[in-house]
Amino acid sequence: MPADPRYLVLERLSRRFGEVVAVDDVSLGLEAGEILALLGPSGSGKTTILRLLAGFETPDAGRVLVAGEDVTRLAPVSRHFGMVFQHYALFPHLDVARNVGFGLEGRGLSDADIRQRIHESLALVDLSGYDTRRIGQLSGGQQQRVALARALAPEPRVLLLDEPLSNLDPALRERTRREIRDLIHRVGTTTVFVTHEQDEAFDLGDRVAVLRAGRLEQCGTPEELYEAPANAFVAGFVGRSSAVPVDIIGASGASVRIRIAGVEWEIPNRPGERPEPGPAMLHARPEALWLREPGPDAVPGRLTGRRFTGGGAVFQVTFADGHTLEVSAPPGAAKPGDQVGVVPSRRAGGGLHLFPADAQ
Amino acid sequence: MRPRTAGAVALIALLLWLVAYPLVLTLVEGLRADGAWTLEHVRAFLARPTELRALWGSLWISVASVVLAAAIGVPLALLFARYDFPGRRLFGTVVALPAVLPPLVGVIAFLFLYGESGFLAHLVRHIFALEEAPWRFQGAGAILLVHAYSMYVYFYLFTRAGLASLDASVYEAAASLGAGRWRTFRHVVLPLLRPHLAGAAMLTFMTSLASFSAPYIFGGGFRVMTTQIVATRLNGDDGLAMVETVSLTIVALVGLWLLRRTDAEDVVGGSKGAAPRPAPVASGVLRVALTSLSVILAIVLLLPHFTLLLVSFVPLGTWTTEALPPAYSTVNYLTLIHDPVRARPLGNSLWMASAATAAALLVALAAGVLTVRRRAAGARFIELLIALPWAVPGTVFAIAVAAAFSVDSPATLRLVLVGTIWILPLAYLIRNLPITGRAILAGFRRLDPSLDEAAAMLGAGRWRTLRRITLPLLRPALLAGGTLAFVTAFGDFVTSIMLYTYDTRPVSMEILSSLRQSDVGVAAAYGVVLMLVSAFVFALGADRGSAG
Repeated sequence: MPADPRYLVLERLSRRFGEVVAVDDVSLGLEAGEILALLGPSGSGKTTILRLLAGFETPDAGRVLVAGEDVTRLAPVSRHFGMVFQHYALFPHLDVARNVGFGLEGRGLSDADIRQRIHESLALVDLSGYDTRRIGQLSGGQQQRVALARALAPEPRVLLLDEPLSNLDPALRERTRREIRDLIHRVGTTTVFVTHEQDEAFDLGDRVAVLRAGRLEQCGTPEELYEAPANAFVAGFVGRSSAVPVDIIGASGASVRIRIAGVEWEIPNRPGERPEPGPAMLHARPEALWLREPGPDAVPGRLTGRRFTGGGAVFQVTFADGHTLEVSAPPGAAKPGDQVGVVPSRRAGGGLHLFPADAQ
Repeated sequence: MRPRTAGAVALIALLLWLVAYPLVLTLVEGLRADGAWTLEHVRAFLARPTELRALWGSLWISVASVVLAAAIGVPLALLFARYDFPGRRLFGTVVALPAVLPPLVGVIAFLFLYGESGFLAHLVRHIFALEEAPWRFQGAGAILLVHAYSMYVYFYLFTRAGLASLDASVYEAAASLGAGRWRTFRHVVLPLLRPHLAGAAMLTFMTSLASFSAPYIFGGGFRVMTTQIVATRLNGDDGLAMVETVSLTIVALVGLWLLRRTDAEDVVGGSKGAAPRPAPVASGVLRVALTSLSVILAIVLLLPHFTLLLVSFVPLGTWTTEALPPAYSTVNYLTLIHDPVRARPLGNSLWMASAATAAALLVALAAGVLTVRRRAAGARFIELLIALPWAVPGTVFAIAVAAAFSVDSPATLRLVLVGTIWILPLAYLIRNLPITGRAILAGFRRLDPSLDEAAAMLGAGRWRTLRRITLPLLRPALLAGGTLAFVTAFGDFVTSIMLYTYDTRPVSMEILSSLRQSDVGVAAAYGVVLMLVSAFVFALGADRGSAG
């Protein structure tokens, strides 16, 4: 087998705890300097993968390679990885500088070098002059930055972040996401981070790996995941979408004909795919549908709910058979109780996806 | 994986050898005579009414001590937690002072204070011009008085802690539902306090069951099992002593089991708010009454300490019939310093208690790393073994250790340590294990495990992580467990009386022999030294512990 040219490679990793398969045959690869998000609901195995990378867990099968070196059985101490813990795990009895300098000790660096590196690392996270502060005196955001500085100071080969933003205020989170992303790209450290929030994964990650029940569902850029979800789970978990059962009548090149609640639609086909006629599930993003007056091409329904989203609104339309689709439209487009019709928007390509009917 | 298992196996082996093996040997020797299995000792035990009386004495004294200590400690706690009046703070600082008196020192302080030739008796004789001592301070009543004095603190502190954990909203909710003060207390506060009261009852019961100093000095004709065991042992009837030991152990374990059962039914007091602030007492009369009460209480609590101090300055033979000692000097203290024979026990106690404490801390640290950190196999077993010496009275352990380490039989892992300088530190170590173990295991549980992981990710090996992260963060637990263990070993009497040799005689044995020679001044001076060292170490632990 030729050596994988990528910098960090997870090769068919599996880990079970008793009966529970936490990680099931997961393979991933990162280019040097790339940021990968592990996204999934709780119990999806994302944290276990991070702990396998850190060396706190040993896989039952599979390998972890860094620049071609097999580190699977290497103790955490010897991996030269950096990690930011969910609750930061800053050493409460040491001040900021000693926390940041902890990973620099015992590496044959002179005291002056260590001081210099602490200084640089703190400057990197915009905390210059905080050297002698005690951890308890810092705000949550500052603690988070100290944790990042501490992890980066020894110039780790790989940086691991465990839900790095979950302990911050929502307002602070968005800003911090971009700061972390810029910082990591500037430093150029290959990074894997765990999150259960899609916004965080999309904002911070160059690519996102979606996990469910220990299995890798899909890995790609945020755009790929959004526009071409590999399966119903990814379509539902990444971005908003609602689903209704449809019948596929037939595919012809670039488009597919489907029947939905008695109405026929022609929707764009995914390149290279040829859906079999028969029952299927249509997953639709709200912006891929339009709200209309009831008419011949429109699926008739009753407006049963409205959620104001600022620039627009998301309407719930319930069809005669009881199924519901979500449609985005200007806030004043209709009011609950109105009889309306739903049609695919003209540029619906990225927002309408057909998946086999039996799939979850 | 492998070093972790090896470590656990080594620790379990060490604990089995130190803690379980001596107890098993005791049981075995109670059932053997002349190299054969026999029920001879058990029959002898059952045939003697004195034996069963002593066992019964231990039991009822312990139950009565629990009742008395609760009757004093709980109302005081309620009073001082709920009401604010001048003098509240004074009592708050004085209340823990019985704890700085090691058991034997407390007992001799009571002897000097309430004994028939004590301070109070002198005073009464003088006032009423009596020929004889007005009373004899002896028997069950005297023992119970000492127990109540030294053990009400458990109930007081546990109840205060329980009340502090009760959210003010609990009282408010009860009041809003129309419950009066009494009904609130009876149906809300008391049930919520139950785990705390059960904890205090358990501690009091075990302490009085194991109590040796008070029955030994004040018992007179009244025997409890601890003193009975020592007497039998001194008579050379080892087999019977073993059966007595086993019987006391069984009572202790049954009592512990019964109290654990009430404790186990957990009451969920799920509240995060603050306890209500103590309410100022509005009525002037009541305020004066409460203030007077707390001043009187403070005096009663401090009298033993003062008496001890006073007697320590009385030269030998100068105090006969006067109400107060006529002469004072520092001669007793000078004797301690200048007479090398009499100064020796202090040095002995210091090094033996220090060594035992250090060793107990090391074992507890190893247990903490293996059970809490690395969750090694057998973790629960390790914790059980460490806690076991607490469940077994000190006399029992002294007998067991004496039995186990008086035979030279390396094949059965038995060495002759009795009579060497190692036996007392070893016995202190075993008795200290539950103290250091409890503190340090709790300390480990409070540490965030990701701190260790963070250190590992930053390239720190196990040793550097222990030295730089774990130990500094465990400092409060180390200090708390270490000081309590040191003070216990330093003032130990019950183990020492069974195992000491002339060369290793600890302070407590010197106090006893001074008393026997009627040299009360030197005994008191030694008592003061023990008291001051205990107070100093406690203060150090409290101070550093809270700062860390």
